[in-house]
Amino acid sequence: MASGIDRRLIYHFDWTLFALAIAIASIGVVSVLSATWTGLHHTVSPLVYHQIMWIGIGIALMAGAVLLDYRALGTYAYPLYGIAVALLGIVAVAGHSTGGSRRWINLGVLKLEPSELAKLALLIVIVRYLREEPPSGGFRLRHMIIPALLLVVPVGLVLRQPDLGTALVLMLIGATLIFVGGLNWRTMAIIGLAAALVAPVGWHYLKPYQRQRLVSFLDPHSDPLGSGYHIIQSEIAIGAGGDFGKGFLQGTQARLNFLPEQTTDFIFAVFAEEFGFTGSMILLGLYAAVIARGIWVARHARDRFGALLAIGITAIVFWQVAINIGMATGMLPVVGIPLPLVSYGGSSLIAMMAAIGILISVNTRRYLF
Amino acid sequence: MKFGSIRRNSSTPRIEPRIAILSGLIAVIMMVVGVRLYQLQVVQHQQLAELADRNRIRINRLPALRGLVFDSHNRPLVDTVPSYDAVMVPEDATDLSGTIKRLEKLLGQPGVAARLQDADDDDRPAYEPVTVAEHLTWPQVVALETHQLDLPGVSLQVTPRRHYLYGSMAAHLLGYVGEVNEKELAHLNGYSMGDEIGKFGVERGWENFLRGNSGGQEIEVDSVGRRLRLLREIPERPGNSVQLTIDLDLQQTVESALGDVTGAMVAIDPNTGYVLAMASHPAFDPNVFTGGVTPAQWHTLMTDPGHPLENRVIQGIYAPGSTFKVVDSIAGLMERTLTPDTTYNCPGGLWYGNREYRCWRKQGHGTLSLHRAIVESCDVYFYQVGAKLGVDRIAHWANILGLGAPTGIALAHEKTGVIPSSEWKRRRYHERWYPAETLSVAIGQGYVSVTPMQMAVMTAMVANGGTHYQPQFVREVDGLDGQPVRTYPPIIEGQAQIDPNVLSIVRDAMCDVVNGPGGTAHKAALPNITVCGKTGTAQVVAEKQGDRTKENALPEDERDNGWFIAFAPKDHPQIAIAAIFEHSGHGGTFAAPAVHDVLQKFFAEHPPPGTPAIAPPPSLLPPENNPQTPAEEQAQAGDQQQAIDQEQAADQAQAAEQDQTGDAGAPAAQTDDSDADTGETTADADPNADVDASAPTTESDSDADMGAPADSRPSPDDSRPSNF
Repeated sequence: MASGIDRRLIYHFDWTLFALAIAIASIGVVSVLSATWTGLHHTVSPLVYHQIMWIGIGIALMAGAVLLDYRALGTYAYPLYGIAVALLGIVAVAGHSTGGSRRWINLGVLKLEPSELAKLALLIVIVRYLREEPPSGGFRLRHMIIPALLLVVPVGLVLRQPDLGTALVLMLIGATLIFVGGLNWRTMAIIGLAAALVAPVGWHYLKPYQRQRLVSFLDPHSDPLGSGYHIIQSEIAIGAGGDFGKGFLQGTQARLNFLPEQTTDFIFAVFAEEFGFTGSMILLGLYAAVIARGIWVARHARDRFGALLAIGITAIVFWQVAINIGMATGMLPVVGIPLPLVSYGGSSLIAMMAAIGILISVNTRRYLF
Repeated sequence: MKFGSIRRNSSTPRIEPRIAILSGLIAVIMMVVGVRLYQLQVVQHQQLAELADRNRIRINRLPALRGLVFDSHNRPLVDTVPSYDAVMVPEDATDLSGTIKRLEKLLGQPGVAARLQDADDDDRPAYEPVTVAEHLTWPQVVALETHQLDLPGVSLQVTPRRHYLYGSMAAHLLGYVGEVNEKELAHLNGYSMGDEIGKFGVERGWENFLRGNSGGQEIEVDSVGRRLRLLREIPERPGNSVQLTIDLDLQQTVESALGDVTGAMVAIDPNTGYVLAMASHPAFDPNVFTGGVTPAQWHTLMTDPGHPLENRVIQGIYAPGSTFKVVDSIAGLMERTLTPDTTYNCPGGLWYGNREYRCWRKQGHGTLSLHRAIVESCDVYFYQVGAKLGVDRIAHWANILGLGAPTGIALAHEKTGVIPSSEWKRRRYHERWYPAETLSVAIGQGYVSVTPMQMAVMTAMVANGGTHYQPQFVREVDGLDGQPVRTYPPIIEGQAQIDPNVLSIVRDAMCDVVNGPGGTAHKAALPNITVCGKTGTAQVVAEKQGDRTKENALPEDERDNGWFIAFAPKDHPQIAIAAIFEHSGHGGTFAAPAVHDVLQKFFAEHPPPGTPAIAPPPSLLPPENNPQTPAEEQAQAGDQQQAIDQEQAADQAQAAEQDQTGDAGAPAAQTDDSDADTGETTADADPNADVDASAPTTESDSDADMGAPADSRPSPDDSRPSNF
């Protein structure tokens, strides 16, 4: 059956999604190039080549994901989850720390960021849990115990890094899936209330700099050279772009090192400064297209598992885009979240491309049952 | 949905609507993001772009070179020399402590580390250079330059410094510069902290011309302040140069004639009002002020009992003494209370009221008429003249002759002195005028006080027939190309209506003061020129005129200050001088001989036409008698060569018409021996040649009238490009 499957796979391959993903990834390469075009020496940074390499690997993974039957993920959900958690545990103990946080495992030739993997693994494992239809009236509190446990472990480990952003994204992915999966409305309300009550306690556990970040989110100018600095500089860079941007490689804020984390967290500002409102809208449009496509796939998926998978993947893309751009434009506190397919970083890029591959797979295989 | 065949309860939550809700939420959030981007990138674009620029652009000011000051023959009096400072960027020094040690050793002075520390304590931004040593001597400069490689991060910064070539010469006229202070910053446009501004004299009065426009550079920096590249540069425009009416040689002669004596001397051209020389002693060296005067130096200057900062020519007020008899004479003759034949008897004193007013000559002068009374300066004669006139008529003519009012010279702090009248006294002391007081006034004592400048102007008026020219000391302001940007033609303040015969009578008498028998100023006589003048001896009048004891007339030989006023030659006078020597007794003893030396020097260079021993044309004069700048000599030599060539050509051609011969050579060369009054400039000797010559600017005459007295500062010229 191999050849038969192959041909139909190819025939129904979701070229749109593929093209969208490649387009966004290309913008990523361009942005990383700009972001590393610093100082007076104009040479292409090795980071750019890394990015291209990972895109290549990602494409390969994408092809692999399409060939794979996504339902196999259901089988391997828990093992995958276990591996991710184990990796997170290793990071917590023996991770490479920079700038006050431990996020990577240094494997010599490459740096692995397990949090990115964890997002995908968590998504899969929750979808696996939810793959049965909900009981009448929807999932109740008692049904939420297992998802809660599944969430708490990675979230807890991630918070220890400390990585507020990834923890937030993990929780949002979980919440989205549970909501779409059939959570009872009343239960939803109860959980919401509980979260609100727990928040002050959470505040107590926040590290000082994280608290400062929340405070300066509300008023960045209260500490313009300290915690408010990132937000202010990012807003300036984005705003300086104007209608059509300063032009490729002409952005001054990044080139002169005024933007912090310009290859990762604030890469959107680099792009926005150089390509202006026009560029921003185009990029936002591309993401919107991917998300819309993801929703469409979910609605037309063959089975519930696929649908939820599609929703989960859409959620990963959507929440990260919203939070990252929201942060760069000063609407949200600064949390370290990569911009999917654009930010520099192998783990994120590969995980995202694999995720898109799964999405393509779900879409492609709806003809195959 | 096409899922399997699981029978579902109707209350089982369906996935489809939830996806719809999720989609809605996603759509809303994406739109919010889009709106926010619009807000930042379109609505707030301008403001944020500005902030972006402010981040990365630093402005570097380029101060302009200050204009130079020249004398009437275009010889520089004030110029600008480079001053070298050592600066250091510690971040660039790879071995900071080693570099500091080496630097201190090369400079031969410690304190580098301390300066760096101070700068860091003051929150110096990264990569900003710190000045570690100032005003390096040439050996220090050479040492730094040759050891550049051993001193990473160290460099030389050149700042222009004002240099007064002749030290204290004409200090009060030239003035000095200093750093702009808070008050000036508040009131004037275009100055920043650390800028140089004229504080005194020409430097202050012509500040707007001399200053030039600073330029600037826009430099792009990165987030740590490292300078990356130059974005934009506006070149600075050096200031204009000012040409004075002062003759350097005459000024030097005046200053050496004053010598160590406290006093003042001023010489003006009676036909134009141009000041030929002005000196006040004791003086100060303006070079002390450049680079910042130390508090100790300033204190010394301020507390020096000789008041070196005071310009006695315009600020010194003195009783005129017998020089005032000139005023009496003119007043009497014009009011017809006096004729050349009026005689009075002088037995050595005069009883008036209930006391005796004595003459300086105890034995008296006998019976004399006006001419001899002036020549021998008889007090008693003039007591009578004064009594007959009354103080108000004396005051009237004194005022006509320019006394009791400012001369209008463009220097700050000019004093007006006092010419008393009955109304003045009523206003000032609420008392009536006592006739006996007129006697003191008549001999230039009592309440009367004048400045040397006023006396010079009065002398000029007597010499030129009654025209009151405003004294000026700037002839023109020149742009970078040497072309005049503003000229100052003579200004007539007024014309005194005095009968020429009256003046002639007074002049004759003044000539005999110097040249005639019994005259009190023989020491001022010159062999070939008829010098005319009047001596005077008086006490210094205190600032506060309230000291009423001064109204008593004292015999001349008991008074302190020696005056001498003079003009020469008698016919077609070219120079008028007023000199006062404090505490040196009789005017004829010291003041007159000093004036003699000055006049001698003056006429050696400006022989009046028609005088017997006329000086030969300057081209044949030996160089010492006719000092010129090398460029002038060059031009002159060229002209001479041309003349010789032409002469030879003429001889060969034997054409009588060709007058371009040896005679023509002389006038052409004679332009170099310029008449100080016309202030011709020699283009070759353009000292601005090494200054970057940008396009000539034409200044509109919007500066306030330079005749405005005292502290008014001319308003900035609006047509000039704004300072960076």
